[in-house]
Amino acid sequence: MIAYSEGEAKPQSVLSVLTCGSVDDGKSTLLGRLFLDTGAILPDQMRELSSGIAGDVIDVSRLFDGLEAEREQGITIDVSYRRFATPHRIFRLLDAPGHEQYTRNMATAASGASAALLLVDVRKGIGPQTIRHAAICDLFGVEELVLVVNKMDLVEWSEMPFRRLVSDFRTKFEGRIQFRSFSAIPVSALTGDNVVNASLRMPWWRGRSLLSHLEQVAPAAGRAEQAFRMPVQLVEKLSGSRHYLGTVGSGTVRTGEVVNLLPSGRQVAIKTVSGPNGPIDKATSGDAIVLELEDELDLQRGDVITSIERPATCARAIRARIVWFGEAPLIPERIYFLRIGTQLSTGAITRINHRIDLASGERVAARSLSQNEIADCDVTTASEIVFDSFRNNPTLGSFIIIDRATYDTVGAGVIDGQLSRAGNLFSPDFGIDKNKRAILKAHSPAVVWLTGLSGSGKSTIANEVEKLLWAANCHTILLDGDNLRQGLNRDLSFTDADRVENIRRIGEVSKLMLDAGLIVICSFISPFGAERRMVRELVDDNEFIEVFVKTPLDICIERDPKGLYARALAGQIESFTGLTSAYEEPTQPDLVLDTVANDAVSLANTIVGELKRRGIVA
Amino acid sequence: MIAFRDEVAQKHSIDLRVHTNTEAIARGIDPFTATSASYTHAMKTEGLRRALDAGGFDAVIGGARRDEEKSRAKERIFSFRTRGHGWDPRRQRPELWNLYNARVNPGESVRVFPLSNWTELDVWTYIQCLQIPVVDLYFARPRPVVVRSGALIVVDDDRFALRPGERPTQRVVRFRTLGCYPLTGAVDSTAATVNEIVDELRGSRSSERQGRLIDYDEPSAMERKKREGYF
Repeated sequence: MIAYSEGEAKPQSVLSVLTCGSVDDGKSTLLGRLFLDTGAILPDQMRELSSGIAGDVIDVSRLFDGLEAEREQGITIDVSYRRFATPHRIFRLLDAPGHEQYTRNMATAASGASAALLLVDVRKGIGPQTIRHAAICDLFGVEELVLVVNKMDLVEWSEMPFRRLVSDFRTKFEGRIQFRSFSAIPVSALTGDNVVNASLRMPWWRGRSLLSHLEQVAPAAGRAEQAFRMPVQLVEKLSGSRHYLGTVGSGTVRTGEVVNLLPSGRQVAIKTVSGPNGPIDKATSGDAIVLELEDELDLQRGDVITSIERPATCARAIRARIVWFGEAPLIPERIYFLRIGTQLSTGAITRINHRIDLASGERVAARSLSQNEIADCDVTTASEIVFDSFRNNPTLGSFIIIDRATYDTVGAGVIDGQLSRAGNLFSPDFGIDKNKRAILKAHSPAVVWLTGLSGSGKSTIANEVEKLLWAANCHTILLDGDNLRQGLNRDLSFTDADRVENIRRIGEVSKLMLDAGLIVICSFISPFGAERRMVRELVDDNEFIEVFVKTPLDICIERDPKGLYARALAGQIESFTGLTSAYEEPTQPDLVLDTVANDAVSLANTIVGELKRRGIVA
Repeated sequence: MIAFRDEVAQKHSIDLRVHTNTEAIARGIDPFTATSASYTHAMKTEGLRRALDAGGFDAVIGGARRDEEKSRAKERIFSFRTRGHGWDPRRQRPELWNLYNARVNPGESVRVFPLSNWTELDVWTYIQCLQIPVVDLYFARPRPVVVRSGALIVVDDDRFALRPGERPTQRVVRFRTLGCYPLTGAVDSTAATVNEIVDELRGSRSSERQGRLIDYDEPSAMERKKREGYF
């Protein structure tokens, strides 16, 4: 973002300021006062506000609350972004909602702010929302926190309530909060005292007004001074040579410099650095660049190019603090996508070390996390990730958590560091189970069970499903009559009793493979509903997908790929399903496939689509 | 504007695909007679939805900015759209740091606004620094103008039917925003070069989309259009 001050050609630093705090503590009024007293409301906007005048303060919430539902309900739902300038500084204001329900939107704003105004009503004191917002600001690296103690007019401008509130806040966060700078300022947004102009009614206050404090805040620590990091965004082969594209996350890189490639750990010299207009000597944080290396190495999206002196860490187990946004609770061991820089990994929260109690600010034990809760966790990923601690370098120190079925962003976190001892990885009371094994894979385990008449097309579709999954890096096994009847089940005939035993054994084998973390594709006539139900009951609900390959008998007879129907019709095979033995159609299959209207590949895609819908594969 | 677009595409060998809602035109919809709401819905919202469906696109990049309009100020950089292209402003995905979540299920899509945090002045300063060619309508010129619903409408097209009492007068005006003709008003201005526009904006006392009649055709007009799939 480029920024120029009004009437001045010199670029100026933009300070991103978040306004947060509980609903009704006076956020909108404060913004109104800031805008009004600095002349930041434009005449055509003022016209729109004309009906919103309350006393001598304009209600600018009408300017910020851009959504219909917000104006109807008189609340803020999502963040709005506005810029305004004083002769000394440009401010980018991020106005965050105060309701707990919209914490995800407050967190969105906090991640982009370097200073925060935390409003609190001097009469009400520190409530759960004050604690929640302070904790989120702290978590996401907001450097400057200003506790704006509002409604001083309602306590007759007296010093004691202000001092009491500030001391209460300090006690609650003693030793836990890491803002570079903390200050508290008494104001009345309604009357404007101490907002833009200093107050004459609080002679005991010797500090600055809010605006002049913000004008003095030191600019955010530059990422340019941190160690060099460039997450690789794209690798392109141009005129025979490989080009590595990305945005410099932090630090500086120069032509000729030797850099470190992670996770491989190889070192290589930079051949060229290019910007939009061709080769340049060096690039720094925020620049979108193209690198060529002296050796052409097999880097891919998600890899990271770092400085040699201060490389990032590679590991599979990290300690992190997260905020949970999902409507469904966070459950340890469930697998999600994690996005760190340009890396997309799968992983799970393996343990919740503690969560923050929002009434007291204390750390308490937790087994799961509900929406809008904050916790300290251990995270394990499927493959090695390249990261930094958030405090050292936010570029690779922050991550988001994505639900594998809905693709919603369900959480966000900051990394505190690597889990040091292997013992931390799996505590003694946890065995290695199905979920632990699944963390190593790019998918969750499942059983896809295809049932249908002989010649209905089960095996052809099953083969196509396996090809699609293999191409998507999924670990599969295909079980069918051919590989089981000849080995494990070669003692079984085609009597009803042996058909039941056949399916029972297949079910048990499937369960073992499922426990190993695989996607098990079963293709069996499996004519009886009771046995199919028995297999379903061996595994968890979401893990079993019954697919009915519904092909009419006359078409199967016509296809007869193995000549079996011909032999059965000639009386050479006893007990043949569909002719002399019953086939019970599934009553509630998860999928029904019509092989007359569709080809095998598109039906295989339907099955893979169902796996995606359930979040089993990505 | 159209000629400029075609020139740019040709100069940079861009695969330019143009989609027009021919069905709406066949229905007889026309910007000079239809209401601004129904014209915009048919030609922009519906037209865009059809073009996206036809191409099966799952991401679309646009130049909208948060400082343009108050519902845009609320929108994410990667703005998720449901099947059917709807925007649900009450359920936007959280968007933290620069970790964008572009994953969508089949039929869903994202609208991506990389310039979200730029201002109108940023854009013109950038144009100035990189000497980027722009459409002449942005520069102040004497143009025949009538004042309609408070907006300055330039009369330079035979299709424009004057209402009783309307008489075009010459006025030096420019456009700050280019939308459908004749649903976009001009502003009084003498800024005839990029440098002059930058100077003018440094002292500007009105917001950019004030000339867009479609923003005002009903309360919450922009948000409603976006929920239906408008860019």
